[in-house]
Amino acid sequence: MKAKTVDKVATSIIVVLALFIVVLLLGLLGFILVRGIGQINWHFLTSAPQLLKGGGGIGPQLFNSIFLLVLTLIITIPLGWGGGIYMAEYAKPGRITSFIRLVVEVLSSFPSIVIGLFGLLLIVNTFGLGFSLLSGAMALAIFNLPLMVRTTEQAFRAVPKEQKEAGLALGLSKWKIITSILLPVALPSLITGTILASGRIFGEAAALMFTAGMSSPPLDFTDWNPTSPRSPINPLRPAETLAVHIWKVNSEGIGPDSKEVAAGASAVLVILVLAFNLSARWIGRVVYRRMTASK
Amino acid sequence: MNNKLKPRRPLREKHYWEEWTGRIYTSICVVFLIVVMFSIVYFVASKGLSTFFQNGVSLREFLSGKTWNPTGEPAAYGALPFITGSFITTLLAALIASPLSLCAALFMTEIVPGKGKKILQPAIELLSGIPSVVYGFIGLSVIVPLLRSMFGGAGVGIAAGCLVLSVMILPTVTSIMADALSALPKGLRESSYALGATRWQTIYRVIIPTVLPALLTGIVLGMARAFGEALAVQMVIGNAPHVPTSLLESASTLTSVITLSMGNTTMGSVHNNALWSMALVLLVMTFVFVILVRLLERRNRV
Repeated sequence: MKAKTVDKVATSIIVVLALFIVVLLLGLLGFILVRGIGQINWHFLTSAPQLLKGGGGIGPQLFNSIFLLVLTLIITIPLGWGGGIYMAEYAKPGRITSFIRLVVEVLSSFPSIVIGLFGLLLIVNTFGLGFSLLSGAMALAIFNLPLMVRTTEQAFRAVPKEQKEAGLALGLSKWKIITSILLPVALPSLITGTILASGRIFGEAAALMFTAGMSSPPLDFTDWNPTSPRSPINPLRPAETLAVHIWKVNSEGIGPDSKEVAAGASAVLVILVLAFNLSARWIGRVVYRRMTASK
Repeated sequence: MNNKLKPRRPLREKHYWEEWTGRIYTSICVVFLIVVMFSIVYFVASKGLSTFFQNGVSLREFLSGKTWNPTGEPAAYGALPFITGSFITTLLAALIASPLSLCAALFMTEIVPGKGKKILQPAIELLSGIPSVVYGFIGLSVIVPLLRSMFGGAGVGIAAGCLVLSVMILPTVTSIMADALSALPKGLRESSYALGATRWQTIYRVIIPTVLPALLTGIVLGMARAFGEALAVQMVIGNAPHVPTSLLESASTLTSVITLSMGNTTMGSVHNNALWSMALVLLVMTFVFVILVRLLERRNRV
């Protein structure tokens, strides 16, 4: 009889604590959205921030975040997918492969601030790229690559063996099999993984403070010459992203409405990250249906 | 005869060409990863070690000195306050997050497997998607005022820092624990039930001892994340450069000091190099965590 009572008590504790996590999540999301959503309007999303007086927006920061994400993906996708393909298709079990695995594991455990500092030392100072979007994108690529390699490897390993054997039976080269048989099958999970990684890139700040910089020059959105310092698409200008902006406003915001700006910007950031997560699943499903003609 | 062979040759050449582009291209990607890892270690270590070799700060002063006063006269480079700050917040965060995560993982896999997974899995994925600055913002606007009204004082400090961190590492720890639990062979559970054990007896006598190394792996990975987290902690911990004596006291961590001071020091100065030494401590701790995870995984396999 006693064992049964203990069982009941333990079970209810587990259930209560597990539900506590759900409540915690709903509370957090509710808090961010309730506090922030009132701040979001077209003016807030498009206008430049005001340091001393109120009424500023997050326009340049939002643009910087999206542009930086695009630049990072341009660097990460070829490298990350390539590394993952190597691990799934070329690597033979042995010393070298387990060493590469260790490298990937260590790289993915480096704190993002250490990668930011490395970026500051090598990319910003030694390569002379300065605080710029390009430096930030390179640092984020380092931050993101191990994750990308891992998801790519998993995606390729999940492809049924028969597909590869069919390709070998046709006498195709290995690379041909990878690109024209395995890649299309793995593509939905690759895309899902990439979008999920994008969500992480989007919210990352510590690695960017020392590489992309903590300020934005006044942008002129009519100037589309990529070499002009005020052009929004110049990759060599410093750029403060949304996440860095939230940190800055919170820790040294002196404007009268810095709390409101932080709340609004946090809400925008969380909504975008949620959108990334939801769209990752949805796009993955759509691509899968396209590629395999199944339901 | 000759006619038959001729079209074959270019085909074979194309075949080789394709074979080698693939091999070389993917190998370059992997070599790039290796080069990046080693250059991170090399650059951070060379900068961090120059504090001791070039500037003559003694390693003992750095690791055990209690005063951090790099601009004072004489300058003091004791990093002990930050090292203790980092360790205390990390340990406390793991202490708060681990039982919660274990309950969540058990809920998902043992108590209500189908439904529980449907409710908790998305919740945990969403929690892990929230960026760290947003956690910092929540900490600053909810936890800090709450602590202030409950215990008085400033509200910022170790307690606020580890509460924020524990929520941040919750998803990491939970998902690893849940994976470990669901990978357990079904027969183990069934034989325990067949002996007349209750669910709780099965859980803590059979299941938990079996997957213990994997559960610990989850906790270690969570701690690694907490140790390296910079911005969220920096926002709520108060950043006072002394060894804290109470949980409500303002303190600093290695990451929070680096975040705050790196931009204000000139490259090459002793102050700057001392910050790099702290980054080196972070790097060394990363390796310690990786080694711990590897050891636990080895135990798990046997």
